[in-house]
Amino acid sequence: MNATAEPTCDLTKLDPILARYPAERRSLVMVLQDAQQAYQYLPRPALERIAEALKVPRSHVYHLATFYKAFSLEPRGRHICTVCLGTACHVRGAQRLVEHVERRAGIKAGATTPDLELTLETVNCVGACALGPVVIVDGEYLGSATTTKLDTALKGIVKGAVEEQQA
Amino acid sequence: MTRRITDAAHLERLRAELQAARDPARKAIAVCAGTGCVAYGSRRLAAAFRDAVTARKLDVEVRATGCHGFCERGPLVVVFPSRIFYQRVQPGDVEEILDRTVAQGEAIDRLLYADPTTGRKYVHEDEVPFYAHQHRLILGFNGKIDPESLDDYIANGGYRALARTLTSLLPEQVIETVTKAGLRGRGGAGFPTGRKWALCRQAIGNPKYVVCNADEGDPGAFMDRSVLEGNPHGVIEGMILGAYAIGAREGYVYVRNEYPLAVERLSLAVAAARARGLLGNNILGRDFSFDIQITRGAGAFVCGEETALIGSVEGNRGQPRFRPPYPAQSGLWGKPTVINNVETWANVPLILDRGADWYAGIGTAGSKGTKIFSLVGKVNNTGLVEVPMGATLRHIVFEIGGGIRDGRAFKAVQTGGPSGGCLPAEKLDLQIDFESLTAAGSMMGSGGMIVMDDRTCMVDVARYFIDFLLEESCGKCVPCREGLTQLSHLLHAITEGRATDATLGALEALAPVVQDASLCALGQTAPNPVLSTIQYFRDEYLAHIRDRRCPAAVCKSLITYSINDQCTGCMVCARQCPEHAITGERKKLHVIDPAKCTRCGICHSVCKFDAVDVR
Repeated sequence: MNATAEPTCDLTKLDPILARYPAERRSLVMVLQDAQQAYQYLPRPALERIAEALKVPRSHVYHLATFYKAFSLEPRGRHICTVCLGTACHVRGAQRLVEHVERRAGIKAGATTPDLELTLETVNCVGACALGPVVIVDGEYLGSATTTKLDTALKGIVKGAVEEQQA
Repeated sequence: MTRRITDAAHLERLRAELQAARDPARKAIAVCAGTGCVAYGSRRLAAAFRDAVTARKLDVEVRATGCHGFCERGPLVVVFPSRIFYQRVQPGDVEEILDRTVAQGEAIDRLLYADPTTGRKYVHEDEVPFYAHQHRLILGFNGKIDPESLDDYIANGGYRALARTLTSLLPEQVIETVTKAGLRGRGGAGFPTGRKWALCRQAIGNPKYVVCNADEGDPGAFMDRSVLEGNPHGVIEGMILGAYAIGAREGYVYVRNEYPLAVERLSLAVAAARARGLLGNNILGRDFSFDIQITRGAGAFVCGEETALIGSVEGNRGQPRFRPPYPAQSGLWGKPTVINNVETWANVPLILDRGADWYAGIGTAGSKGTKIFSLVGKVNNTGLVEVPMGATLRHIVFEIGGGIRDGRAFKAVQTGGPSGGCLPAEKLDLQIDFESLTAAGSMMGSGGMIVMDDRTCMVDVARYFIDFLLEESCGKCVPCREGLTQLSHLLHAITEGRATDATLGALEALAPVVQDASLCALGQTAPNPVLSTIQYFRDEYLAHIRDRRCPAAVCKSLITYSINDQCTGCMVCARQCPEHAITGERKKLHVIDPAKCTRCGICHSVCKFDAVDVR
């Protein structure tokens, strides 16, 4: 965690979150979940504040924040594209969709574009297997996804997503 | 409305009132609101129905229901009282449905389900082969009730088992009933539920806990999500009964964070049950108190393992520990804890409502009741399928699933998620239960059933699962952490054309070590996908190794794309090719430059003329 790179972080957003749960270790995963939702990632000052409030060592907070995949210590994009790589999606060609977005956005899965517009994530199954392959763009599920459907969904988010196709 | 239910007699009066208030001839439109149908736009559709009903001032109820299971054909709509069943319904169909079906009782032909092989049309849901061959004890509730309405659950017999049990059975008798019914854990291993409960009841330690494992991590399985989203009270009632049986006052549901709708519906259901006194102190006026808290997971597959799950609920890393002691003796915060999976809990009220003998009459000698499978992959009718234990794979894949898509050949069915294996065509007549699947080199697991055709590469499937597990291994024990790393290297060597016969030998030598020496079930079962594919599809491995060929044309390093004479010269592939590897003029045959081609497959997927070959 590079402290100098941290953008400023509004710690008051944590107050309602911390008020929702008992100030104990067992609340930690849920507090981190809600904090991640509030900030889109887990900024260092927020982690420090959470450690203090729940009376657990900072090392333990870091230990959890780096173990669970739902947490990110890096800022994420304004838009999130999640490609499901569950088995049913895999056998219907989901990997190709990941590669397609990687090429379009110029980033690898797990990364965020430098302009912080898009984060490309993969997930091991969202349980919408009957619709495979499934891609979720900003919470909207795309069933039986194709490269063409993805380009439409990413229009305006990824530069050139549609323009290049029509060139 | 939200008055506390004071005792069992009060519950029965309420049920009678609710049932009397329901007019079976009432016009209603039920729109499926499971995740699958929502993905296909069912929320917009339900809103369109509501708007149209309001605009026309009709007395028609528009109801959102739980998942019907036939996700492939969503959004699904059932019109009452005629029970006419429509599939792939769009907001543009709303007016016509109101005009013809709701007003006249007439079926609209184009919205009916047509069998993909025979073309025959079906008017009612229960006539469609996908449903007609099922035995929907658990899933049956999903289509009937509004998961956000406790009244709906009560009107359909909900909490009757609880009321009867609390007034007429001792905790030991509850355990006896569940034992006699032969219920076994639906999470994968099939441990007898009654025995687990008895161990926990006898264990020394207070308080005791019940936990619902809703961390459905197996890729390709989504029955627990569907049950939680479609009938959350069924799971809650099961947990209350379990708590009564073992003597617990507190329960937890550990649910995946990837299932936002399930978390939402479950939270609503817990709050509703609490408001009516079905959770909390002195449930139904008895000397028995119990409450449920919901804990969300954070995206770690290993947390489906019970000791890892316990760690996660306690606010630690989800890393398994050695067993024994089992959670029934020492679980959450070191106290005796019963952990059962969602589907197991949902079975409990049925057993106590209808009796152990009735339940034990369904299924096979060793595996009782029904099992929900998620039938997905290269099959025509994908969705959730509930059948009695002992049904054959052929029945599920061909009669319910309608066979393989695009008329291709069946190759294998993968069961049991990453812990399971791939079963070939010779095993299609296998009667599925816990024992038969294990004997065949696979597993029941949580019930994922992924159908594969001749275009699925079995080596790639094995590589997929090993890479999945490598990523999800918690890293605590060496055989799993390092063993999976090596298995992955070996499988990549095969799929990338760098392998020799010795690679296959190394795989077969290492796999049993990982099985024998790993700490938890994740590592112990991890080699199953590799060993079962080697056992049944050895030729396919040899084709990769000796001929540098992927027979299913999947493994990128071993395939080439070319354009055949079906090409009309439409230029679509040439425009879409990210590597500009395709040349050719309009209306003339195009050519792919193999040196530039990265085998991304876009040309193949965009071609409308079947002109791109993969070999």
